[in-house]
Amino acid sequence: MGEVILTMKGIDKSFPGVHALDHVDLELRRGEVHALMGENGAGKSTLMKVLTGIYTKDSGTITYEGKEVEFHNTHEAQEAGIVIVHQELNMVGDLTVAQNIFIGREFKKGIMIDDKKMIRESQKLFEELKIDIDPKAKMSDLTVGKQQMCEIAKAISHKAKVIIFDEPSAALTEKEIADLFNIIRDLRAQNLGIIYISHRMDEIKVITDRVTVMRDGGYVGTLITKDCTKEDIINMMVGRVIYETPKTQSAVPADAPVVLKVEHLNAGRMVQDVSFELRKGEILGFSGLMGAGRTETARALFGADPKTSGDIYINGQKVTINSPEDAVKHGIGYLSEDRKRYGIVVQKSITENSTMATMEEFMSGFLINKGKEKKVTEKYIEELATKTPSADQLVVNLSGGNQQKVVIAKWLVRNCDILIFDEPTRGIDVGAKNEIYKLMNRLTKEGKSIIMISSEMTEILRMSDRIVVMCEGKKTGEIPIEEATQEAIMDKATRDIQ
Amino acid sequence: MTKKKSVFSQELIIAILVIAIYLFIRWRNASFGNYNTLLNILDISYYYVLMGIGVTFPLITGGVDLSIGTGMICYALAGGYLIRFSGVPVWAAMLITVLFGVAIGAVNGTLISIMGLPPFLATLCTCMITRGLGSVCSGSFAIPWPTDTDPTGNGWFHSIFKTTINNDSGLYGALKGSVGALFPMDKRLTFIKAPLGFVWIILLLLLMQFILSHTKFGRYTIAIGSNKEATMLSGVNVKFYHVMAYVVCGLFAGLAAIAYAAYTPTVQPGTGAGMELDAIGGAIVGGVSTTGGYGTIYGTVLGVYVIMLLKNGLPFMGLNANWQQVITGTVLIVAVLIDIIKRRAMKK
Repeated sequence: MGEVILTMKGIDKSFPGVHALDHVDLELRRGEVHALMGENGAGKSTLMKVLTGIYTKDSGTITYEGKEVEFHNTHEAQEAGIVIVHQELNMVGDLTVAQNIFIGREFKKGIMIDDKKMIRESQKLFEELKIDIDPKAKMSDLTVGKQQMCEIAKAISHKAKVIIFDEPSAALTEKEIADLFNIIRDLRAQNLGIIYISHRMDEIKVITDRVTVMRDGGYVGTLITKDCTKEDIINMMVGRVIYETPKTQSAVPADAPVVLKVEHLNAGRMVQDVSFELRKGEILGFSGLMGAGRTETARALFGADPKTSGDIYINGQKVTINSPEDAVKHGIGYLSEDRKRYGIVVQKSITENSTMATMEEFMSGFLINKGKEKKVTEKYIEELATKTPSADQLVVNLSGGNQQKVVIAKWLVRNCDILIFDEPTRGIDVGAKNEIYKLMNRLTKEGKSIIMISSEMTEILRMSDRIVVMCEGKKTGEIPIEEATQEAIMDKATRDIQ
Repeated sequence: MTKKKSVFSQELIIAILVIAIYLFIRWRNASFGNYNTLLNILDISYYYVLMGIGVTFPLITGGVDLSIGTGMICYALAGGYLIRFSGVPVWAAMLITVLFGVAIGAVNGTLISIMGLPPFLATLCTCMITRGLGSVCSGSFAIPWPTDTDPTGNGWFHSIFKTTINNDSGLYGALKGSVGALFPMDKRLTFIKAPLGFVWIILLLLLMQFILSHTKFGRYTIAIGSNKEATMLSGVNVKFYHVMAYVVCGLFAGLAAIAYAAYTPTVQPGTGAGMELDAIGGAIVGGVSTTGGYGTIYGTVLGVYVIMLLKNGLPFMGLNANWQQVITGTVLIVAVLIDIIKRRAMKK
């Protein structure tokens, strides 16, 4: 490890309803891989967004190469040599690999764009990284893993001194992860400072030199990786929060009736011949890598995307679902992974969101019965312990966990028996996360059935009664919770790749 | 809750602005305060206000309807033709005029919501189509609707918008006239020109505002504009309600066609383009969000009156028509900027 290149001190940031960062410190040296760890919603991504100028900090200082700096946008940060490889890839699918890598700083020949030079330079970068990608290929034709490599190549081409990897391994296969680690080691040898954000404990032990742990938007501490155990890190991450006890065996009686049966569901490349059953009172976990087709399966089942074939049975009856309207009529509710985009209408009140799926119940003739609406909403605010001053509060002002409760309320008002939770705790802080878990367990006890899509292995193992694993649009396995291990799931999740 | 307050104040600002512009122009030229001038401005505003109320619905869904201006002329031409050359009774022609508007609205809605055309493009096409259709309907001739002095008595529909004759002036006169118009049997009361159309505007405003905030249709119109995907995933039949927003817009373009026919002696084919911009502009000045999800009918009506006052009042200050366009455009930019700043403030 070399001298300190970057220091963040006392960084503070609030959003409406959330204190996202509470005086967080971080120090990075040259030639170091520094892990940034914490549960979902601990504030890791927010901290990195403050560093790269996407968010403005409320207070605190950032010192970079000995000078205090404040970047106003990612471009300024890039110019200074700080680049971020995002969890969500920022690639333009219709452009080629080379065009993507040099987007915004294309080589010119006169007034023309010099495509040939861009291809040559990309080739050089790939050789340096020892990866095999055709610079002329269209970005959308690449696998998620390859796209990630392009993202890294792009970062390096910026003459970066600090590279931030935001959960780079979430979408990668074992082989691709090994390649990624080789690249990271090379970069470390070249004296770059690397911040590595990940949930995967094993990776942290393998690749990083130091670990900084965050919890609930606050700074917990920094450890030297080789001097600490996994348990040390977990304890720091989890803190005082006591989780629902993980399931060691299914809570569903053997004779529980099948409430939902999906047979040979097909919907494009991402959903190929998927069949499964969901039983009353069960939490059926859907595991797999990013882009495995789990969300697509849920959306096709829910009628949000068109399906090419497949039969759906509810309580033994064959049903036709061609639109979300049909699905809702049959008692299916869908909680999207992207709450702000698909789950809630952020600029509207809790009341309006809660009753959105059940308007008919609140009509007196042509008019909306606002009194009844409010009463029912307040009942669910109390029942789900949603933290809000009133039912009229705009949803945008609630924290992630409370927003999720509003979406849950929407489907409970509708009295849905089958709930699809797609990444139920994404972007939700630790305390609220556990509340959502408790709520899910309570719902199944009350006879609801849940399909839970999750990318978090701990969540899958903690909550599911049975686990369906998907890979590249196909169902590759079904594991009862009694036999489920991280390794068994990963094995099936990467089965079809390489 | 703090947000709701600030939104309320935006419409309040517009209301104050309307009065301020009126008083300012009146201060520069006293003849602007004349009761007849005021009546004229109200008369010429009816069809703009009606178009504005209608187009508020597509705007709230995050779309737009550019076909209302040429559409209005087209419907008026068709209706006028039927009265003049086919001997259709006036009431039936009026009904057909409105239904024509509804039909074009349904076409717009279908193109946008079901076929997936961008609203701008779809309604630009129907704008061209209605312009052409209007000429086709009238055989390229200007069509006069019956005048209010028509010997056959077919001019009765003018009295929907104003009652006629006399020279009493001031607010008292207007009030007396309005009352008189409501009780036409009492001859003592009907001796003054009264802006009865304005009474209709107020009633329609209240009705549509009520529909927007208290019915399922209104609730979903706003929800579509705020987050169409989330609304769809809540099991709402988004396509239907999206079409309905354009149908309502078409309905009001049809009503505007009647108001237009009552205002102008003859309806000229090929006109109408550009009129929709004053209506849309008015809605935006009145606080309807340019990206959808928020808007009020009273805001729109006030906004249209801002534009109408500028349009008809600035000449009284000796400014020529070109300047008035420049000023109206500038007011619009300011209104849109306020909307953007408001949204940015909410995000940060």
